[in-house]
Amino acid sequence: MNNPQLNKHGELQHLLSTEGLPAPILRGILDTAASFMSVAEGRDIKKLPLLHGKSIFNIFFENSTRTRTTFEIAAKRLSADVVNLNIGSSSASKGETLLDTVDNLCAMHADMFVVRHSQSGAVHLIAKHVAPEIHVINAGDGRHAHPTQALLDMFTIRHYKKEFHNLRVAIVGDILHSRVARSQIHALTTLGVPEVRVIAPKTLLPSCVDKLGVQVYHDMAQGLRDVDVVMMLRLQNERMQGAVLPSAQEYFKYYGLTQEKLVLAKTDAIVMHPGPMNRGVEIDSSVADGTQSVILPQVTFGIAVRMAVMSTLAGVG
Amino acid sequence: MNIQIINGHLIDPKNQIDGLRDLFIVAGKVAAVGSAPAGFVAQQVIDATGLVVAPGLIDLSARLREPGYEYKATLESEMDAAVAGGITTLACPPDTDPPLDEPGLVEMLKYRARELHKARVYPIGALTYGLKGAELTEMAELADAGCIAFSQADAALTDTRVLMRAMQYAATFGFSVWLRPQDSFLARDGVAHDGEVATRLGLPAIPVCAETIALSTMLQLARETGVRLHICRISSAEGVALVRAAKQQGLTLTCDASANHVHLTEMDIGFFDANCHLVPPLRSQRDRDALHAGLLDGSIDAICSDHTPVDEDAKQLPFAEAEAGATGLELLLPLALKWARQSRRALAEGLAKITLQPARILGLDAGHLSVGAVADVCVFDPEVYWKVEPAALKSQGKNTPFIGMELQGRVRYTLVDGQLVYQSKAGQ
Repeated sequence: MNNPQLNKHGELQHLLSTEGLPAPILRGILDTAASFMSVAEGRDIKKLPLLHGKSIFNIFFENSTRTRTTFEIAAKRLSADVVNLNIGSSSASKGETLLDTVDNLCAMHADMFVVRHSQSGAVHLIAKHVAPEIHVINAGDGRHAHPTQALLDMFTIRHYKKEFHNLRVAIVGDILHSRVARSQIHALTTLGVPEVRVIAPKTLLPSCVDKLGVQVYHDMAQGLRDVDVVMMLRLQNERMQGAVLPSAQEYFKYYGLTQEKLVLAKTDAIVMHPGPMNRGVEIDSSVADGTQSVILPQVTFGIAVRMAVMSTLAGVG
Repeated sequence: MNIQIINGHLIDPKNQIDGLRDLFIVAGKVAAVGSAPAGFVAQQVIDATGLVVAPGLIDLSARLREPGYEYKATLESEMDAAVAGGITTLACPPDTDPPLDEPGLVEMLKYRARELHKARVYPIGALTYGLKGAELTEMAELADAGCIAFSQADAALTDTRVLMRAMQYAATFGFSVWLRPQDSFLARDGVAHDGEVATRLGLPAIPVCAETIALSTMLQLARETGVRLHICRISSAEGVALVRAAKQQGLTLTCDASANHVHLTEMDIGFFDANCHLVPPLRSQRDRDALHAGLLDGSIDAICSDHTPVDEDAKQLPFAEAEAGATGLELLLPLALKWARQSRRALAEGLAKITLQPARILGLDAGHLSVGAVADVCVFDPEVYWKVEPAALKSQGKNTPFIGMELQGRVRYTLVDGQLVYQSKAGQ
């Protein structure tokens, strides 16, 4: 079975998932992102001409503010033309199929698609469908993958911890429904993190999560002990329906990250969150705004990482 | 017409014939096996040199999509597909639109099928009105109209009292009830086996206990009511174990598995291949191995195609949104042979799972080539390899996980009632 993300030369053709990507490709994106940091932060040079004349379509079948905005900024810093489409409110509601929408946008000479969709696998379907000169970036598909989020998380970890091979990382929260967690796990294990833990109640864990190469904890006190990195996940409010969790209060008590729990981690542990946060549900404000939090730098790094992904795909990185 | 099929390797599991025999057909019936009956003059001779001559195949689950889903498939297209697959008798589930819950619908379907002079069609009637799981259908009337059994197809029947009453009522008349075990609460929104692949791909999952819990309920109610129960498309190792134990305890019970599940696992989903979106979901390697073991020891009586043609548009969607099902009529023979070969069993054993055994489940005197039997015959090349390609399929549904794969064994002639209804040339 060929990896649909790589072309026949083993180069990145689409970015659909962190799973199955060789470590050199992941590291290459992080290195490229590092070289873009000054541009991403808008310091000296505001723009690079790398994607001048290219059209990038942000197609969001599901609402997003942060991810869409950072993709837009990243594309503009690379001098691309950016078109934003919130399909959730147009074609799909008129009954147009996913691939019809994509065909129409291809006819407008898109060079790259950035796609978010509520269904796992939707972005693979698009990548399989488009002409070979078009690149597709997964900005989140259902519960499956959110590779640029995972890459910016890896960038953040490398920024603060320098290496991956000596780390203990805990991912806390709704692993079952999380595309972020799946992409983080594959990226962490590929980059050589020796110990990846997941911490959650059993109702928020997929049945074979151990097969992903992680250690499973149900108790925060045990799971957070001596970790270098704590990666929190957002808890969707709808988990309180369908008998997944009894209440946000009980969840916060047992799985919310507070200062009292954080002291169990290493003293220099960093705290991450993909946003948007539910303060008082999965994370206490004192931690989110505390000295160990790197949540806002994550957002800034996200621009450089998305610039790196786009330029790598366009072959101009 | 008098037909003589010469030089063929005749395999008739019921009569334990497995060798070179000529077959003589007179007036639509088997007149003799081996040597010609007195005064026989062939009007047509079929040379079956290098070919296997077998009873026509019997498929326990083939959706023909009529009435109501003619954009997916028509009776014409699917009956062509059936005979091209060597299938001469098939049972079709009641999940048409409207469902087969009225005698008029059943009569119309039987009439339309008969007019096509291809495979014999045995409709399975709806167990409850509209398959809604609430009110019983007029089973006796439906049986008079031609229904051979009663089922809920893939529709939920959550009310156990309704299920018990349905079984009691069916048992009153000696009708058999066919059920696919799946707890609808545990399976809700699920599209893939609750295992490694669903974990990796983030697909909503269906646990094995969705099958075993429903199956346990069905087995207990069958004991209670004495109904003849047929379990459709078992998919899990634990499910096979329950069926095996129930049979050992003497329950009147039969069971089938789909040819897809006999050969595929969750791993075949790969990167969201919607052709592998099936009902029940493809399960693990261990489950598939258990299906093989169940077929070998007879816990699973038969292999069905679970033929479900889906239009291309309905498959060109993200995995969970894509319609479930695969076309299968033309793949049943090679897939049954593949199982026999993989299990190092004689082809006769594979053929029994798609001829003699399904005939027994249907209660039909069919699936064999005894003298006097109706001459439904399938003549196939057991050795030839062919590539499954959409254009090569007669079914209107081109969707199958086996697209692009090479399968061994292909039908050359199909006879129904002693009439040649399909033939293909060597090498096609």
